[in-house]
Amino acid sequence: MFRYIVKRILWLIPILLGVSFIVFTIMYLSPGDPVTMILGEGASEEAYQALRTEMGFDQSFIVQFLNYVRGVVFEFDLGRSYVSNRVVLDEILVRLPNTIRLASWSILFATLIGIPLGVISATRPYSKVDNVVMFISLVGVSMPTFWQALLLIILFTSTLGWLPASGFTSWQQMIMPVFALATSSMGTIARITRSSMMDVLDQDYIRTSEAKGVSDRRVIFQHALRNALIPVVTVIGLQFGALLGGAVLTETIFSINGLGTMMVNAIRTRDTMVVQGGVLFIAFIFTLVNLCVDILYAYIDPRIRSQYD
Amino acid sequence: MSLLQVNNLHTYFDTRRGTVKAVNGVTFSLEEGKTLGIVGESGSGKSQTAMSILKLFQKNQRIAQGSIYFDGQEISSFSKKEMLNIRGNEISMIFQEPMTSLNPVFTVKYQLMEALQLHQKLDNKAALARTYELLEAVKIPNPKRVLKQYPHQLSGGMSQRVMIAMALDCNPKLLIADEPTTALDVIIQAEILKLMNELKEEFNTSILFITHDLGVISQMADDVIVMYGGKIVESAPIKDIFKNAQHPYTKRLMAAFLRTDIKQRATNETLDFYSSENEQFDFSNFRENADADPDWIQISDNHYVAATLKQQPVH
Repeated sequence: MFRYIVKRILWLIPILLGVSFIVFTIMYLSPGDPVTMILGEGASEEAYQALRTEMGFDQSFIVQFLNYVRGVVFEFDLGRSYVSNRVVLDEILVRLPNTIRLASWSILFATLIGIPLGVISATRPYSKVDNVVMFISLVGVSMPTFWQALLLIILFTSTLGWLPASGFTSWQQMIMPVFALATSSMGTIARITRSSMMDVLDQDYIRTSEAKGVSDRRVIFQHALRNALIPVVTVIGLQFGALLGGAVLTETIFSINGLGTMMVNAIRTRDTMVVQGGVLFIAFIFTLVNLCVDILYAYIDPRIRSQYD
Repeated sequence: MSLLQVNNLHTYFDTRRGTVKAVNGVTFSLEEGKTLGIVGESGSGKSQTAMSILKLFQKNQRIAQGSIYFDGQEISSFSKKEMLNIRGNEISMIFQEPMTSLNPVFTVKYQLMEALQLHQKLDNKAALARTYELLEAVKIPNPKRVLKQYPHQLSGGMSQRVMIAMALDCNPKLLIADEPTTALDVIIQAEILKLMNELKEEFNTSILFITHDLGVISQMADDVIVMYGGKIVESAPIKDIFKNAQHPYTKRLMAAFLRTDIKQRATNETLDFYSSENEQFDFSNFRENADADPDWIQISDNHYVAATLKQQPVH
């Protein structure tokens, strides 16, 4: 198990190298000249050439890429923003807490509500309760998050005046964005839980536990749920990874200073270094979340655990 | 008084296209310390008869009629909660597929101790000791190691031994075995059957043994009932059924099984099982007229045959 984890962590290196190469290439090929952007249109030819040399843009593509990678690897240096001239890593770290908070609370609520709903549905398939739950989760999945966010603002801020529409420090400010993000994840989690649970409840070992005299409740939560959890954990991991990459629309609507807004602004202003650094960082987080999910698999299912050894 | 007495049992499935009468008027009894075999083809209702005793039902399944007396109590009308005390405690069950009948995410130890802690309220130490004892009783080599293992680390034969140990957890009075050796190869099958016979003596457990395999039944059962279409067609001591089968269905079942001689096999009894022209027994009519209770003809002491023939046998 320990060896597996080490192996997986080592795998991060080629993955992140690959990601950085792709991002670097795309940014290299995309139109726009950072030197002109920094100096402005009217700068003199000498000043232009001087800065170009200083920033290394006169060198070949490969050299530029290797320089970037060297900076990242040895100095954790993701470069400086062309727009604000601030260190990219700082820009990311300043916004990271907001994004982590938003993503964590959303996924927490989505899980705590989604899994029980899925279980309830699975134990009474095609009943009224099941229909209601599945309808709610379908609405949750289908409704665009930004539209839901706008409706929430109209209701709770404009009409009722109960909740603030922007910012992300007090718990009142967190309710609406978390709710808006959680509903769609919740719907997905509930649906996956339901179908996975229904599969498991048909298995022979469930009949065995019933024949042993285990109560229904214990059969469902002790014997069935753990077996049904693998696809559910997968989905939760993917959703959480995506949320950590920044919930662009939700952050924008509620004026939350997170990774999502940072990326959108950077792309709009062609702030190459911030985009590169941001994508690399998000890829890093995503692979870490995936690693955690894979370790969770092993914890849940001994068959997977023995494959890891 | 018999340990188990099933009277006129009807078990139905309510489906959108009407009621399916899986068990349709079954009556039998099982004495303490004996083994009763139920033989029949797929869909004959033999498994559902067993499921009815423990009320291990699908949502759309119910006992429509009849009674089940176990150890002097009428258990077919027991509530869910009352059934929990019977299941795994007084009546245990083992199943056809040992490899999928154990929960893959729990250790053997956990699964063996669960019933003990549920029914006997044993503490951890006592339960563990009992578990160890049981694994030795079912002749599992190196029980200490197996206790820590997960089902996927066990072979089919080992899994079935664990299942048997689990069933014997609380020293049940009745063990229901639903085709326990069908999924195993012949050598393991023989070992498991031998083990079950030994354990039956040791634990003084009655066994209700369900199978379609007449070879297995000849090694296990004291008495046999033959089921077809949710009904019993013949009921007899094991020797009589092999030597003196009366019902045409039983006879054909025997013929299909006993023809080991290749030359005789050329008559192809098995291939047109239902469609003999001068057959005395009307297979399709039997199912259609299944609601009429057949009369019983007594052949000898404990040997009865259902009077469901076009012409009654002369004897």
